[in-house]
Amino acid sequence: MAEDSLPIQFVAPAQRNEAVTLAMWLLLATEALMFGALFLSYLIYRLLFPQTFAAASAQLDSMLAALNTGVLLTSSLTIALAIQAVALRRRALALWLLAATVALGCSFLILKGYAWYTEYQHHLVPLRGFQTDYSALGSGAQMFFNLYFVMTGMHALHLSIGIAVVLVMMAYVAWSDRTAMVTRRVGLAGLYWHFVDIIWVFLFPLFYLVV
Amino acid sequence: MNARRYIGTYLALILLLTATVWSHGFELGGWNVVINLAIAAAKAALIALVFMQLLREKALTRIFSLLGLSWLAILFVLVLADYLTR
Repeated sequence: MAEDSLPIQFVAPAQRNEAVTLAMWLLLATEALMFGALFLSYLIYRLLFPQTFAAASAQLDSMLAALNTGVLLTSSLTIALAIQAVALRRRALALWLLAATVALGCSFLILKGYAWYTEYQHHLVPLRGFQTDYSALGSGAQMFFNLYFVMTGMHALHLSIGIAVVLVMMAYVAWSDRTAMVTRRVGLAGLYWHFVDIIWVFLFPLFYLVV
Repeated sequence: MNARRYIGTYLALILLLTATVWSHGFELGGWNVVINLAIAAAKAALIALVFMQLLREKALTRIFSLLGLSWLAILFVLVLADYLTR
């Protein structure tokens, strides 16, 4: 099949690559702002209720979260290697690495779901209709758990989108012969994936390692 | 070779993760959170610079990568200027 024809607004394929990379970084900047507002709310409530945040954090399973951090860091490695494999036209290797990325992303979600379920059993989920009991933790505990579930939930949503995107990329790698186009798109998917990883890198110490 | 750089970066990330978890075992008062955030920032920098290729991108892309952080810095400074001086 023929390689991409260059759209009229670009003078060269390299310029096109720069433009799409720039656009992806702009998208990530807006994502950073959305998560940043949540991080700021977290900071204010942590300054207001330092002891409660430490007590509430101790209710969460930090070892499971550490394991999950390792899972996501590994998935960042596999997708970075996959992008290189695509560029080098190593199709089978790229597919295996992308499949590993999806598997690691799903493992993260399963472990996270298990953590949420455990927290539900311990009456820590602040949802209408659920039995919720923060009496042992002091005032401000509800805010900690609101922020915890909103922020980890937003992160899990972003990760789910990332998994869906990587699955589409696998289809491109498997069935498209337009290497330049596939390399460009897999590269953008990688940027998004790494960004979601970075968000978790900050969520992990802020929610699980408060003392 | 890119693959070797990526694997080296990955090992550094796992080392940093181990350091965070290990430091959690010590009662260092306010230093715990400083260590945690410093390590998180180091991890984020490694991911952005190596995995996200910022080291090899054009200056304009690097500036864009700092845009979100700059706006956030404004938000944090102005809001904290209120909360911390009440």
